[in-house]
Amino acid sequence: MTGGQSLSGRTRRHLKIDGWTLGTAAISLAVMLPILAVILLAFSPGDDIWGHLSSTVLPLYVANTVQLMIGVGCGTFLIGVGGAWLVTMYRFPGKAVFEWALLLPMAMPAYVIAYVYTDILEYAGPVQGALRDLFGWTSVRQYWFPEIRSLGGAISMMTLVLYPYVYLLSRAAFLEQSVGVLEASRVLGRNQWQSFYSVALPLARPAIVIGISLVLMETLNDFGTVDFFAVYTLTLGIFDVWMNMSNIAGAAQLASLMLLFVIALVLVERFSRHNKWFHQTTSTYKDLPGYELVGMKGWLALFVCSFPVLLGFIFPSGVLLTYAVTHFDRAVNAVVLESAGNSLLLSGTAAVIAVLVAIFMAYGVRIKGGRALKVLTRLASMGYAVPGSVLAVGVIAVLASLDNTIDDFMRQNFGFSTGLMFSGTIAAVIFAYLVRFLALSFGTVEASLTKITPSMDGAARTLGHGAFSTLRRVHMPLMRTSILTAAMLVFVDGMKELPLTIILRPFNFQTLATYVHQFASDEQLGEASLAALTIVGTGIVPVILLSYVIRKSRPGQETR
Amino acid sequence: MRKTWKSAFTVIFGVMLALPHLAQAAENEVNLYSERQSFLIDPLLKAFTKQTGIQVNAVYLKKGLFERLRLEGRNSPADAVLTNDIGILYNLAKADLLQAANSPVLDSNIPPNLRHPDGLWYGLSLRARVIYAHKDRVKPGEVTTYEDLAKPEMAGRVCTRSGKHIYNVSLLASIIAADGREAAVAWARGLKNSLARRPQGNDRAQVKAVFEGLCDFSLGNTYYMGKMATNEKEPEQKQWANSVNIIFPNQQGRGTHVNISGAGVTKHAKNKDNAVKLIEYLSGDTAQKQYAMGNFEYPVRAGIALHPLVASWGKFKADTVSLSVIAEKRTEASKIMDEVGFDQ
Repeated sequence: MTGGQSLSGRTRRHLKIDGWTLGTAAISLAVMLPILAVILLAFSPGDDIWGHLSSTVLPLYVANTVQLMIGVGCGTFLIGVGGAWLVTMYRFPGKAVFEWALLLPMAMPAYVIAYVYTDILEYAGPVQGALRDLFGWTSVRQYWFPEIRSLGGAISMMTLVLYPYVYLLSRAAFLEQSVGVLEASRVLGRNQWQSFYSVALPLARPAIVIGISLVLMETLNDFGTVDFFAVYTLTLGIFDVWMNMSNIAGAAQLASLMLLFVIALVLVERFSRHNKWFHQTTSTYKDLPGYELVGMKGWLALFVCSFPVLLGFIFPSGVLLTYAVTHFDRAVNAVVLESAGNSLLLSGTAAVIAVLVAIFMAYGVRIKGGRALKVLTRLASMGYAVPGSVLAVGVIAVLASLDNTIDDFMRQNFGFSTGLMFSGTIAAVIFAYLVRFLALSFGTVEASLTKITPSMDGAARTLGHGAFSTLRRVHMPLMRTSILTAAMLVFVDGMKELPLTIILRPFNFQTLATYVHQFASDEQLGEASLAALTIVGTGIVPVILLSYVIRKSRPGQETR
Repeated sequence: MRKTWKSAFTVIFGVMLALPHLAQAAENEVNLYSERQSFLIDPLLKAFTKQTGIQVNAVYLKKGLFERLRLEGRNSPADAVLTNDIGILYNLAKADLLQAANSPVLDSNIPPNLRHPDGLWYGLSLRARVIYAHKDRVKPGEVTTYEDLAKPEMAGRVCTRSGKHIYNVSLLASIIAADGREAAVAWARGLKNSLARRPQGNDRAQVKAVFEGLCDFSLGNTYYMGKMATNEKEPEQKQWANSVNIIFPNQQGRGTHVNISGAGVTKHAKNKDNAVKLIEYLSGDTAQKQYAMGNFEYPVRAGIALHPLVASWGKFKADTVSLSVIAEKRTEASKIMDEVGFDQ
């Protein structure tokens, strides 16, 4: 950790309007437009909802939302950081497997895991059934069993599928740490726990904070799980005002309030990193210590790591597999295959675009700096926190007015209509994915870029390379792992994406997620089990691939 | 350099011009925004295409249907909307996003109280919101009205889905329409006191809870009974259905609350004729039979036989309050649910 100075500080004197600045600003603005459209919607005419809401359900919405965020935040921190630290620093039974297996629950959509656990844990499910058989109970009134459809249930479900974000980012951070600083800490008399707490954790802090803020944004915008569990959060409130009171303006006002939540989150993150630059000071990379955990300690580590993998992935996948086998004749059909193709197309394209845009923006900020540009890029990644259906309306508003403006112009000047060119096309859906998932790719890429010491830029530029050449030949290779991580995050999230796709899609268009939703929302999980498994299965491949790349990425060692 | 820009512009411009036309390549088609689930109406749409040769393109969406249609404006590709509730139809008509179908066929197939006076929207099927009562634990005649469920002696005996679900909001709206706001608040408060558990799950899950002994009554739409009673894929649902009787509430008074699934032609429809043909088809004999037999709904067209199971529940008197009134009272009903903290 050094008090290194940012590049922007030195280049600001030479700031002029050029391609990088313009490009970064233009992309940020384009991505922000749908969010601005939502805010604009809040000012459209509609009944005032605040008197009613604040005197009735708003306190409940806020209380539930805050509790949910605290619960999921703490849960994902404990599992994510704890798991990452264990598999990075210690040797214990199964460690090599857990390195990648801990990522698996990421492929599981929250709404699917919620359906599965409800099926299993509700009164008619096998668990309570077995208990009744065992103790001879005959009715629900004779015993108590924890209610899965509750705030606690929602916290558990979301923690189980979201902790991999924290795990992924903090493991990458731990791997990038030099053993030197840890050894120094041990030499100075700190024990393993103290070294973790006072050296490794602060060094990994930017990565952990980004991981948790992604998790919290995802928690905030979740609809499927909280709706199914009847946990009244702000997001459910938005839909209630929108659909039951036919008041889109009021809904947009609530959504804007949620954005304030997010801006607060972002500020906390910025503040916590303020003027601290986490560059490595030493380039001495040795083998990680790999402390051996023997006996009980080893088994304890095994237990701790297998817990989230079992509950978040193996068990729910197993249940889905059983359903898929039982309903095989109805679960397999041409629609599932076509949907899988569509899902791959959308998620793959979105991943590539989101990563390219993120690199361009993060690098633009790095070399051009300027507070305005920083704020712009920050705001551009807020789409992740807006509930999908609301964001979809923002996207429609932007694209439809673009389409209609061009159409009006053509009609007036050339006497023919161009109709809707973007609205209701695959391009519209991909644009929406970009708006939503830019936070994932930008956060990951930016975190990685700040770790590269500015003297690298200086050296390359001194050697006669331009900004683009420096990016391509110096930064991109150094950021390889993070770039892949970013692409994978967007891809996996794209495979699971539901509300944007449903509202924005073209005619006769189905993805795996919309297919699953269509049946699962009618409580026919059997029909959708194979499609759900396909989402999970397709998500696993890049997850495992990535884990392998990360493992190999540690500087100074090719294999271990 | 200038040449490059010029050719780039030509290409982009060409693609822009070609795109919408590519999308509308098929001549004989109708574009549908549907709130109803695809597995419910897909068979009907396929049969329509087979009979008429008109290709049906559909987007299935619930939230955002209204906004998408409104924001797309005159260029919207949608020719018709299909909904599973009066709400969106009412809002679309109010926002001037629908046009009169001007169809004598529709006017003769569908009774006047189930369609918009100017033909902006049409009801295609009816569902009643009824009381499911356990066969043994409920004495005959113990409950005959919605109001009975809200009496103090019902405490801990009733299950229902969220009070903010559109079906329950509509029911409450019908009570506002019949007896005024104060009575509606009292009913919602009373019903909340009767609940055996916090509202959760869908209508089917409530019948399951009755089967399991958690409660004795539940509120639900009629077609769920048919779907459960004939569910070969998940036979355990037959047991749930078998454990309950259906009570049509308020037969001595205003009648049982009913809602419609319906359709309308969009204001800027490019294929208006085909859209009208589709809705006419859905109100015709074949499709109406399918609504009755396949989905256990009540057909809107007179003279169509009910599913034997649905027929076995007997005839019932439906609340004749205008559906537009129900739609209008919704916001108020929704607020009352908040006021009494129904779901908390």
